[in-house]
Amino acid sequence: MKEKVELLKNELIEKINNVKSIKDLNDLKAEYMGKTGIITELQSGIKDVPNEEKKEYGMNVNILKVAFNENYESKFKLLEEEEVNKKIESERIDVTLPSKKIRQGSKHPMTRIQEELEDLFVSMGYDVYDGPEIETDENCFQKLNLPLGHPARDAQDTFYLENEYEAFLLRSQTSTGQVRVMEANKEKGPIRIVCPGKVYRRDDDATHSHQFMQMEGLVIEENVSLADLKSTLEIFCKKLLGEKTEVRFRPSFFPFTEPSVEVDVTCFKCGGKGCPLCKQTGWIEVLGAGMVHPNVLAMCGYDPEKYQGFAFGVGLDRFAMFRYGITDIRTIYGNDLRFLNQFTKGDELDEIK
Amino acid sequence: MKLSRKFLSDYVELPENVTINELAEEMTHVGNEYDSAEKLINATNLVIGHVLECEDHPDSDHLHVCKVDIGNEILNIVCGAPNCRKGLKVIVALAGAKLPGGEIKKGMIRGVESNGMMCSKAELGLDSKFLTEEDKSGIHELGEDAVVGEDPIKYLGLDDEVIDFELTSNRGDLLSILGMAYEVGAIYNKKVKDIDLSYQEEGQIDFNLSIDTDNCSLFLAKEIKNITIKESPEFIKNRLIASGIRPINNVVDISNYVMLETGQPLHFYDLDRLGRTIKVRMAEEGEKLITLDNEERTLSNDDIVITDGTKTVGLAGVMGGLSTEIENDTKNVLIEAAIFNSTKIRKTAKKILRSEASNRFEKGIDPKRTYMAIERCCNLLSKYADATIVGGLVKIDNTDISDKEIKVTLDKINKVLGVTVTKEEVIDILTRLGFEVSEKDDEFTVIVPTRRMDISIKEDIIEEVGRYYGMEKIKGSKLILPVKEGKLDKSKRQIKNKLISMGLNEALSYALIPEDAVHKYTTDEFTHINLDYPMSEDRKTLRYSLLYSLEQVYNYNKARNLKDVCVFEIGKGFYKEETYKEELKLAGLMTGKYYLDINSTNVDFYIVKGIVEELLDYLGYAGRYTITTGEVPKELHPGISAVINIQGKNVGVIGRLHPSISKEDVYVFEINLEKLLQNRPSKLKAKEISKYLGMEKDVAFVVKKNVTNKEIMDVIKKSGGRLLTNIEVFDIYTGDKINSDEVSIAYNLKFEDINKTLTEEEVMTVFNKIISDVENKLGAKVRNGG
Repeated sequence: MKEKVELLKNELIEKINNVKSIKDLNDLKAEYMGKTGIITELQSGIKDVPNEEKKEYGMNVNILKVAFNENYESKFKLLEEEEVNKKIESERIDVTLPSKKIRQGSKHPMTRIQEELEDLFVSMGYDVYDGPEIETDENCFQKLNLPLGHPARDAQDTFYLENEYEAFLLRSQTSTGQVRVMEANKEKGPIRIVCPGKVYRRDDDATHSHQFMQMEGLVIEENVSLADLKSTLEIFCKKLLGEKTEVRFRPSFFPFTEPSVEVDVTCFKCGGKGCPLCKQTGWIEVLGAGMVHPNVLAMCGYDPEKYQGFAFGVGLDRFAMFRYGITDIRTIYGNDLRFLNQFTKGDELDEIK
Repeated sequence: MKLSRKFLSDYVELPENVTINELAEEMTHVGNEYDSAEKLINATNLVIGHVLECEDHPDSDHLHVCKVDIGNEILNIVCGAPNCRKGLKVIVALAGAKLPGGEIKKGMIRGVESNGMMCSKAELGLDSKFLTEEDKSGIHELGEDAVVGEDPIKYLGLDDEVIDFELTSNRGDLLSILGMAYEVGAIYNKKVKDIDLSYQEEGQIDFNLSIDTDNCSLFLAKEIKNITIKESPEFIKNRLIASGIRPINNVVDISNYVMLETGQPLHFYDLDRLGRTIKVRMAEEGEKLITLDNEERTLSNDDIVITDGTKTVGLAGVMGGLSTEIENDTKNVLIEAAIFNSTKIRKTAKKILRSEASNRFEKGIDPKRTYMAIERCCNLLSKYADATIVGGLVKIDNTDISDKEIKVTLDKINKVLGVTVTKEEVIDILTRLGFEVSEKDDEFTVIVPTRRMDISIKEDIIEEVGRYYGMEKIKGSKLILPVKEGKLDKSKRQIKNKLISMGLNEALSYALIPEDAVHKYTTDEFTHINLDYPMSEDRKTLRYSLLYSLEQVYNYNKARNLKDVCVFEIGKGFYKEETYKEELKLAGLMTGKYYLDINSTNVDFYIVKGIVEELLDYLGYAGRYTITTGEVPKELHPGISAVINIQGKNVGVIGRLHPSISKEDVYVFEINLEKLLQNRPSKLKAKEISKYLGMEKDVAFVVKKNVTNKEIMDVIKKSGGRLLTNIEVFDIYTGDKINSDEVSIAYNLKFEDINKTLTEEEVMTVFNKIISDVENKLGAKVRNGG
């Protein structure tokens, strides 16, 4: 018996070793371990073995069984690994071939600037107000201290609607938002708003477009000053043009503010040293601002003796041009895909130190 | 406004070493911006020379070879000017001289050495309007008294410097040398010098003046006799040239000179041709006048005119009439100095011609200067035109020249500026500006001179203090306001972000389009809005649909061989009902590649529809909208287009461009966001998910081609009831295996119950009901197997 088991064991090991596929291996399993398999038969033959030999017989069959299973398992793993490797080899791809994706969309640079500023001002407690683009002469001029015939109206050559001269117009400034919000505010209490939006003027060249975007800002409180305006504009200019930007006020004139200032920032190209962009002055004019004129407050229902406020108006196109190095404003409205596609890239990641 | 340094120095003393650029910068700091600040003549290395010899060039028929004495040496110069001759005093540009036309170098001209150039006035860089024909054609001949070796620019009196200011519209007072002198005087703390107004009078004026309009508040008339018309003295001519005005003759020049000094425009009439009457009135509608420039002008009843009682002789404040113009034989003159309504002048000037005079009238005139201007004219005319000044002044004066008194407290000044200026600083600044100031208990009483018409309220005084204190000195303060959350409507952002994530570029186009395009891409009836005086026909009308603009974007890019265009825009559409209306709209245009891979799938109807659905679902409209056939604009393909409805209300369209508009496969969509966002979706609430396994069933229906998927789905949904949780189309078949007028659509149906695992029996009951309903209602057959 012992020799027979030894013989069978060697034979099955050899057979397992020679197997080339999982299928053949499983066939072999059936041959030995199946219902009529060699080992199964041997196992059931125990009933014919005399009692005193049964124990030894059983042990020998078990040796065979263990030997088969051990060899089967290791061979199976081996074959499985081989098969996976074969499959992997056959599936190998060229990872440098083009990817599959949908085309990239992009946000327009003007929207990017607008959203960035909205977020900044919302974080400082300002409401964002969006008013109509068709306006009355009253809201666009008269209530902003620009009565009919005022010479400062020349600076904003306005589009009036057909048969509506000095009545209805396309807003030439987002300052209309000031008027609307002040008038709508029944309590006549403090106000903090920005009004970004499209405006229209009769102008078309490399730095002017007949349609462009502005953002008006307005704060009405009992005690706000030009110094408060300055700190607000400092935050705004640093955010858009970089931390090192400095802000300078120069006296100026706007009918709706008194005092009025032009706001210059240190040239972001040369850092204030002087270059062709800033005409060697180190400064670039970026926006107009001032303290809300008492006539404007009064016309919009505010008591100028109680309240004072500051307002500023920013040309967003100009900031977009600075920010993205756009030299011709017509590019902004040209919708050339070679331009738009550049804006699939997100803004620089913020670094908070 | 061009400010001549020499002219300014007549009225205020400038610090000796201040450069023109420093002066310009100082003025900028107080709010007066400038365009340029430079020398009147930008030429270097010029010297007065004396032509000692002038021979013909041996090798030329027009050149001369000259020996020119320049003081320390005698130069050999070849010159081509016809007037070059021995004995002339000339302007010599030495080698190395920089002229506006280029640099002068030593050289050989046709074999003869030339060590410089003799210059004409034109070569010095004066604007051609200041030059005569002689100035342009030949070298300039200096006077006998010119000293050889000295600076010819100084000799000519053109050694001036000019700042070209861009003034703000409130500072009409700065349109005069005197106004500038006060402003500059305040900077350097210098007093403004007196203007010479002395003259002798003879006799008494006899003249009739009447005003028949409210638009002329002041009119002064002064008679001048026996003038001699000649050339002006050099200083007048040079100051006019520096100020950008062409010298003509002494009388005309004096009227301009006094306007520059005082800011008061003047008009001189030939008294013998005018007669003894002036009546100011509004023009009659359609009235004609030939103005100085020999143009016939048609006037309206908004224009102010000057008449001689019967005939119109001038367009007030804008331009005189030809009939009473000063000519070379004029002997007697009537001077008009008046103030006209600024708004009326502005309107007339806009229509006819904007001039130095109209510009000043528009910004307002100080009546004190009107009187001063008359006196100054008399002074100069008697000196430089040998005139006799007739005694008396004919006038009509309805102006108020009382001084303005304004009160402001120190506290208010500091509260507005956000600084701490002292009482003494305020008094110093206002005094330097020539205002009278007194102070009591920190409250200032300021008397403002009439020349400062821009100042009327305390905020104006605060601004003056700010200007001279230095706006640049204001430091940013920590603005502390109550904490609150800013409000912002994010709808537009959400839509944009979603579309961008689905591969569309945001476009930004013009709201103004051609009138004939405004009714395109819509089936709506509406009244469109045109502009008054549009810039061009292409920008005449406010758009209603954004799709015309996107079609232009597509055409633009296609012309540049950029064919994969997927863009969208959010903007307003405009129309008129009882009032003007504007509605926010979203439009998209898609064509070319959408999936980018080697096989690159092109945009088709279903991709665009998918994008619209994804967007609507994202916004929370899932289940509330349908996309189905309906009435679409004629610019769309009638067979490949659909309408978008929200709860039965039309909010938009999707479709392919009509083949007559584009041969390419171009798809568009437009949604009226105003209508869409009227019914804002409710807040997102998570639904409970079933813990029990669901079951799926597949079924394919064969239907006639005119039955739509939507109709089938509607029946399935209705019959499926609560247990049917999802339907998906997974196959469409047309072909040999079914009739040619039929289509097979296969659906995958998902059944689920929140409370229990469904049995096969329960599902089959619903499934069979679905099948029989679809068969009965739509004439469908279930397609079995292959």
